[in-house]
Amino acid sequence: MHDLALNQIIGYIIICGGILFDFFGVLGLVRLPDVYNRLQAATKSVTFGSVGILLGVFIYSGFTATGFKAILCAIFILLTSPVSAHAIAKAAHKAGIKLTDKTIIDLYQEDKELQK
Amino acid sequence: MRVFRWFIGLLFIAAFFVMNFAVFTEIPFNYKLINVLLFCSLFILIRVVKGPSVADRIVAIDIIGILIIGVCAILAIALQRSYFIDIGIAWGLQSFIGTLALAKFLEGRSLDA
Repeated sequence: MHDLALNQIIGYIIICGGILFDFFGVLGLVRLPDVYNRLQAATKSVTFGSVGILLGVFIYSGFTATGFKAILCAIFILLTSPVSAHAIAKAAHKAGIKLTDKTIIDLYQEDKELQK
Repeated sequence: MRVFRWFIGLLFIAAFFVMNFAVFTEIPFNYKLINVLLFCSLFILIRVVKGPSVADRIVAIDIIGILIIGVCAILAIALQRSYFIDIGIAWGLQSFIGTLALAKFLEGRSLDA
């Protein structure tokens, strides 16, 4: 840890930020009361955390094979993770999984009742 | 009881961070970061085991897939090998396809329509 270049120090700082985002997202996944709340907390936060880790790896290793593969993987996660989260949420609502008792409004249910 | 559970969880997390960053000082720093991510996936496994519905388990498996990509990225700079990120890309692809298939199955549709 004593003879690091400047880009390596900046990369480690960004990696630590990403790991912190991962950890808080996982705490939300364990702690929140509902499928939809858990999906909300976990998917956004963990996606940003892993993209942060990959950006940190890119800054750490520069324009090498590792860096370009990290950028490619980050773009791939940014494209696919919201799609899978949306698919899970829609499928859970269609499968009739109950919302929590503290829910105030459910606009998707009202929309489905209007369409009948 | 609720305060007791909060206290147990907080003690567990604090014990892990103290053991990881203050006690075992001879471990390299990259492996300490990987240890934090593996501790996070241990928490996700709690949700896989006791999740009340099927969607909870699907969400947990999806999140584990995204975390493992981070583990592969840190392993690539810890061991100075670039093919670990290839493993991460392949893992993310498989996780994405598996999550979409499970969501479609949960929705009640068949897989080929």
